[in-house]
Amino acid sequence: MNAAVPYQTVVTPASPRIMAERPMKITARGVDVYYGDKHAINQLSIDIPDRAVSAFIGPSGCGKSTFLRAINRMNDTIPSCRVTGDIVIDGEDIYDSKLDVVQLRARVGMVFQKPNPFPKAIYENVAYGPRIHGMAKNKAELDVIVEQSLRKAGLWEEVKDRLAHPGTGLSGGQQQRLCIARAIAVNPEVILMDEPCSALDPIATAKIEELIDELRQNYCIVIVTHSMQQAARVSQLTAFFHLGTLVEYGDTDEMFTAPQEKRTQDYITGRFG
Amino acid sequence: MTELRESLIRKRYAAERRFRIYGASALVLTAVFLALLLASIVWQAVPAFTEKSVILDVVIDPAEADPANPAAGNYDGMVKAALKQVLPDAKSRAERKALNGLLSSGAGDELRRLVIADPALIGQTVTLPVLLSADATLYLKGLQTRVAVSAGASPVTLAPAEGGEGFVLSGPGVSSKPGLSPGQIVMSGSAALRITAIESGTASAEALTPIDASLSALTPGNWKTLSFSAPEADRRTSDLQATWLEQLKDAGRIETGFAWRFFTAGDSREPELAGIRGALVGSLLTVAVALALALPLGVAAAIYLEQFAPKNRLTDLIEVNINNLAAVPSIIFGLLGLAVFLNFFGMPRSAPVVGGLVLALLVLPTIIIASRAALKAVPPSITEAALGVGASHQQAVFHHVLPLALPGIMTGTILGLARAFGETAPLLMIGMVAFIADVPHGFTDAATVLPVQVFLWSDLPELAFKNKTAAAIIVLLGVLFILNAAAIYLRRRFERRW
Repeated sequence: MNAAVPYQTVVTPASPRIMAERPMKITARGVDVYYGDKHAINQLSIDIPDRAVSAFIGPSGCGKSTFLRAINRMNDTIPSCRVTGDIVIDGEDIYDSKLDVVQLRARVGMVFQKPNPFPKAIYENVAYGPRIHGMAKNKAELDVIVEQSLRKAGLWEEVKDRLAHPGTGLSGGQQQRLCIARAIAVNPEVILMDEPCSALDPIATAKIEELIDELRQNYCIVIVTHSMQQAARVSQLTAFFHLGTLVEYGDTDEMFTAPQEKRTQDYITGRFG
Repeated sequence: MTELRESLIRKRYAAERRFRIYGASALVLTAVFLALLLASIVWQAVPAFTEKSVILDVVIDPAEADPANPAAGNYDGMVKAALKQVLPDAKSRAERKALNGLLSSGAGDELRRLVIADPALIGQTVTLPVLLSADATLYLKGLQTRVAVSAGASPVTLAPAEGGEGFVLSGPGVSSKPGLSPGQIVMSGSAALRITAIESGTASAEALTPIDASLSALTPGNWKTLSFSAPEADRRTSDLQATWLEQLKDAGRIETGFAWRFFTAGDSREPELAGIRGALVGSLLTVAVALALALPLGVAAAIYLEQFAPKNRLTDLIEVNINNLAAVPSIIFGLLGLAVFLNFFGMPRSAPVVGGLVLALLVLPTIIIASRAALKAVPPSITEAALGVGASHQQAVFHHVLPLALPGIMTGTILGLARAFGETAPLLMIGMVAFIADVPHGFTDAATVLPVQVFLWSDLPELAFKNKTAAAIIVLLGVLFILNAAAIYLRRRFERRW
């Protein structure tokens, strides 16, 4: 499609069917990310819809995690990292100097590759976010938020009797669901997931995928994954990244059955990556 | 080919065996030296933990003590009179001085305390233990000279020497084993004679105490001899004083007690009265000031450098210099304290507050380095998790990273404090090396610290201070041991591994 300019990918029109059903949540235009001298993302533009799961796939080092972390400005913590271009969430430029990055991260929650619960009680893990944002006026309200978040993360039944136990004592899959509950607790609009199942066994993975599918009803979810099966199972849209560029972006079903780009096809069929 | 291989294998085994032997012998050698060191200190220190008193029946003379003002009474005089009651032989001025020399110069203090607490005692007779002088105590502990007491097994006749002073001893007791030899003291009751010469079965002797004219025969079981390993000229307790002490011992008046005084008294010129309380309190005050300054400053510096400071040449320079500061000889910090705190700011000399300031500078780099290491050890995933739910960087640090780093910070701080506690050199420079008898009551009172007290006592010529030095070292080592144990406990108890 844009073969003449291989590293100059324009916005790839995603499946009109999905785009028509849902409003756009995140819009990126001409985003470049540099780590020092390294050019990690090259002129990336993408539209991500609300209430859908968008999966980023691609070989290691292709920039998919970097772009994910650009969406909630987590890259700010890396001193050498520089981001140019526009990323707009609900019409608001998130790289605007007037924007409060802390508020942004409350709106755009994140779940990490390795489950990283705070070494505190399960309750405290979930309650921390609402507490620092003043979302609960009293303990009773906080209790409600904690319970609802844990229910949404499908963890409530398993931990309701041991909320005071440390979150680090849970199994890997439970820890990751606790991290999801922690992210949900601050009532975000977007949830970014950076390979959330790569440290989990297949059963825990299945549970998380089930959970992602439920959360899709209420949130805009962006997931980075190395597993193409996972992308095919949980996402409605898939973006294929290669060497810092967005190669192809579209309806997941179409992407896996009839990719338009040769590189996408080669990757999906396991010819490289 | 195989031969070469086998010889290589043999060599490898031999090298490994040799290495194990080197390691084990190094360990054994170290352990032996450590054990020797500790054993010698403990051996020296043990006598300092006991004190000897003589039990006296003291008449509290109403002429010497006023019930209205009991503190001003002449209690030393009463105690001395009571001793004279027991040992009435001292007649001449020199002898009386020798007798009084058996008692500590603080001998009347206990009596004064009793009377102040209960003035009704005035006019009564009180039986109480009275502290002996350091020399008498050393003699009784056998530290001044070894004393061999042997009971006389054979009869001896005693007669005044012809035409002169002294006495002549004859009979089987003189020559038959164990026999007598010059320098020995023959005692019978309160009578004591010193043998001056032995000649063909008879011994010449001079009287140490008045000899009753009726005493002419010493029957077995009725007399004994004292022989000393050190001649009279080489010890501070004279033969006469030794006989008195033996008499008191025979009368059951010598009492041995635990020297609580060592922990409750300040420093003194008299070894038997000297204690470490002043130095211990001085150490605590000094270290408290050092902790109060160094902990917040050090932790704040570490948090800033580790979490917030931009990484540039300036922070690199600061980092390198903090590490260098940890290696600066401690006496340099003392010079700095002298120049800045005393001379420039005019702060009081010998005061714990200045000592604390100097020690704070000394341990600051240690605390910063330990705290940075502890902060660095908290995995970044915790910070990311906090940032991910919308915590600010500062909230992430103070809510999550710092609490997790705290055990490491506390461990480093305690080890820094242990170093401060044992530090001598910088405190010498700011005048904490003075002789201070009072226990300090505040941060600006003149004070000294435990290691400096050890240094001061080790310098004194009195034999008894040698034991005090060792005992103070034991207390110092004990405190350091407790601090290190606390650090290890904290590390074991709260350390978290990822």
